[in-house]
Amino acid sequence: MKISPSPHNYGKDSVSSLMYGVIVAMIPAMLVSFYFFGLGAIIVTLTSVVSAMAFEWLITKYLLKKEPSLIDGSAIITGLLLAFNVPSNLPIWIILIGSLVAIGMGKMSFGGLGNNPFNPALVGRVFLLISFPVQMTKWPLPGNFPMEYADAATGATPLGVMKEGINNGEPMADILQNIPSHMQMFYGQMGGSLGEVAGLALLIGCLYMLFRGIITWHIPVSVLGSIAIFTGILHLASPEKFADPLFHILTGGVLLGAFFMATDYVTSPMSQKGQIVFGVGIGVLTVVIRVFGAYPEGVSFAILIMNAFVPLINNYIKPKRFGEVKVA
Amino acid sequence: MAKTFSKGGVHPPENKLSANSAIQIVPPTNVVSIPVSQHMGAPSSVIVKKNDQVKVGQLIAQSAGFVSANIHSSVSGVVQKINTIIDTSGYKRKAVIIKVEGDEWMENIDRSAQIIRNFTMSSEEIIKRINEFGIVGLGGATFPSHVKLSIPKGKVAKVLVINGVECEPYLTADHRLMLEKGEEILIGIEIQMKAINVSRAIIGIENNKPDAIAHLTKLASSFKGIEIVGLKVKYPQGGEKQLIKAVMNREVPSGGLPIDVGAVVHNVGTAFAVYEAVQKNKPLFERVVTVTGKSLSKPSNFMARIGVPISNLIEAAGGLPEDTGKVISGGPMMGKSLNSLEVPMAKGVSGVLIMPDNESSRRRQAACIRCAKCVSVCPMGLEPYILMTLAEREMWEREENERIMDCIECGSCSFVCPSNRALLDYIRLGKGAVGKIMRARKA
Repeated sequence: MKISPSPHNYGKDSVSSLMYGVIVAMIPAMLVSFYFFGLGAIIVTLTSVVSAMAFEWLITKYLLKKEPSLIDGSAIITGLLLAFNVPSNLPIWIILIGSLVAIGMGKMSFGGLGNNPFNPALVGRVFLLISFPVQMTKWPLPGNFPMEYADAATGATPLGVMKEGINNGEPMADILQNIPSHMQMFYGQMGGSLGEVAGLALLIGCLYMLFRGIITWHIPVSVLGSIAIFTGILHLASPEKFADPLFHILTGGVLLGAFFMATDYVTSPMSQKGQIVFGVGIGVLTVVIRVFGAYPEGVSFAILIMNAFVPLINNYIKPKRFGEVKVA
Repeated sequence: MAKTFSKGGVHPPENKLSANSAIQIVPPTNVVSIPVSQHMGAPSSVIVKKNDQVKVGQLIAQSAGFVSANIHSSVSGVVQKINTIIDTSGYKRKAVIIKVEGDEWMENIDRSAQIIRNFTMSSEEIIKRINEFGIVGLGGATFPSHVKLSIPKGKVAKVLVINGVECEPYLTADHRLMLEKGEEILIGIEIQMKAINVSRAIIGIENNKPDAIAHLTKLASSFKGIEIVGLKVKYPQGGEKQLIKAVMNREVPSGGLPIDVGAVVHNVGTAFAVYEAVQKNKPLFERVVTVTGKSLSKPSNFMARIGVPISNLIEAAGGLPEDTGKVISGGPMMGKSLNSLEVPMAKGVSGVLIMPDNESSRRRQAACIRCAKCVSVCPMGLEPYILMTLAEREMWEREENERIMDCIECGSCSFVCPSNRALLDYIRLGKGAVGKIMRARKA
């Protein structure tokens, strides 16, 4: 007979069931990206996922000299997220570099799953953005399953158009003429990284993760809420100079970041209060970078900066203990 | 919305296989071993010797202090020896071994089925009787009941909270008792209300036992001041502090006792034992125990005498299944696994759970992915992942500051962990070390 201390039973979740749940949640956005960006999106996604898995396997086996294990699915998520965060015409060799940086520098150098302070996919993405600014900011225009890859017609993202227009002092009404409507953006019909355009599909994925209990509402709601409030105030103060809150939420990587990257278990705070502080920090930094910074988009930087604050948040923001009153 | 406690909690599969099996009486075996340490506190001192004749209900070991309890013989026969045996805790303990001869009860025990409603004892007399008749908390903690009923100077009891939650999966002993001995339980509650001088009692029962809620609510209409509250199913609602939060919406302060918020908590099984002691002159020498498991042919509830071997109960429930991997005293969340089936039944054994081999092993532990599930399920608002890391590194001062001593060892953190980390194992180590340091500081 076996002997062990209690408890003697286990809950239904395992690391791999949670990770595969996240992957399932990313499928709608992936399919939408295949539709709008066609062959290019498929090539980028496959390259990114396969190379992320391969790098993790090789590094575990030959550098860490441990038994490699890919079954937890976390490398697939990193690969998918990296693909979601780049344009669909990105050359394969650049994707491979991004994937190596994401897995090698972002994750394995800290000891693998559970130990990395920064979101690996974002480490890879930001590395590419800084190293290859030209290739990383040429966005293919959406079509109906286009078959072009490297030679796809490109254009600016709505955020880029907005930033340039405001900088040139164009009237807001004119700028809005040059970008897709809010509804088009919600479906994903706009230029951008391949996984960030499909607001509706990302929302479906997020609802699935909430329903499965993979994530809680705290981070997504606090990110979106703080962006909406901050840009809302700016917009009300000066509608000519600042775009409306819905525009900010639907464009760039806000939904992708709020649902899939800020909620990354490893790099987000442990207590629910801490998660709200973390989410608000991401929201505020995103708006600050977008509105006052040089880059049109700031979600990636905002998440990475807040990742750095997570240990501090965990140290100072504790859950409310039961019975936290003086003994009478 | 049904009431429940506010912080954390989990929903393990309920598996109440024996909910519909009426309580059956199991006759004692030829030899019984009655341990002298069946309660929290000092072991009792044996007052019989080899070859003494004893009757059912006769005192055989005397309480050895305020926090201790009398122990009575559960059978009639001859004392064979006083020996050291392994009991359900896994430790070697002193026990009185009695060879059974007949079934002769002490003359003053009322064995009739008649329910006696009225009582005349004063508060002091009731507490004295409960002390003499060896009654301890039957929910599992086995804390001597007279201690809880003796309100310390300067404190005032306002409400008697009765625990009919039975939140442990599989166990149905309290459920059956509420259905079959409802009136006796209510009288037992009335007696305890008198003992601590309160006019209000609340029985908390989870909503997965609608029949028990309906039955007791109907019976309670003829009792003054007893309310029945249906609670949303959530583990560990049967924890004393969680139950008080659920039914009274008060938080027992960290390091404090229920009486600090005016509550005294007793289990329904204890209320029944109090009834039998006061109204029937019957000491605590038998109790209801659930014997259950997925592979067991007849999951059952038994009225079993203290001291009979667990193997005897398993036999009565259809015999040990072939695929048995683990046998647990108690439920799957907080029970103790047994290393032998010959350990004797004791006052604190509310269930015997037989787990099939494929569910018995620990799963492989993986790295923490910081998913924060342990933090969100902790009913005490602690951070189990930190407590585990600090225990691994033996950082006891920080462990104390993170309030490790608040942990109630409910096991929700280990249950929910997707990486199968042994959170509670390390937290127990930490509690042991920190408790030692705290005691040394006081001394």
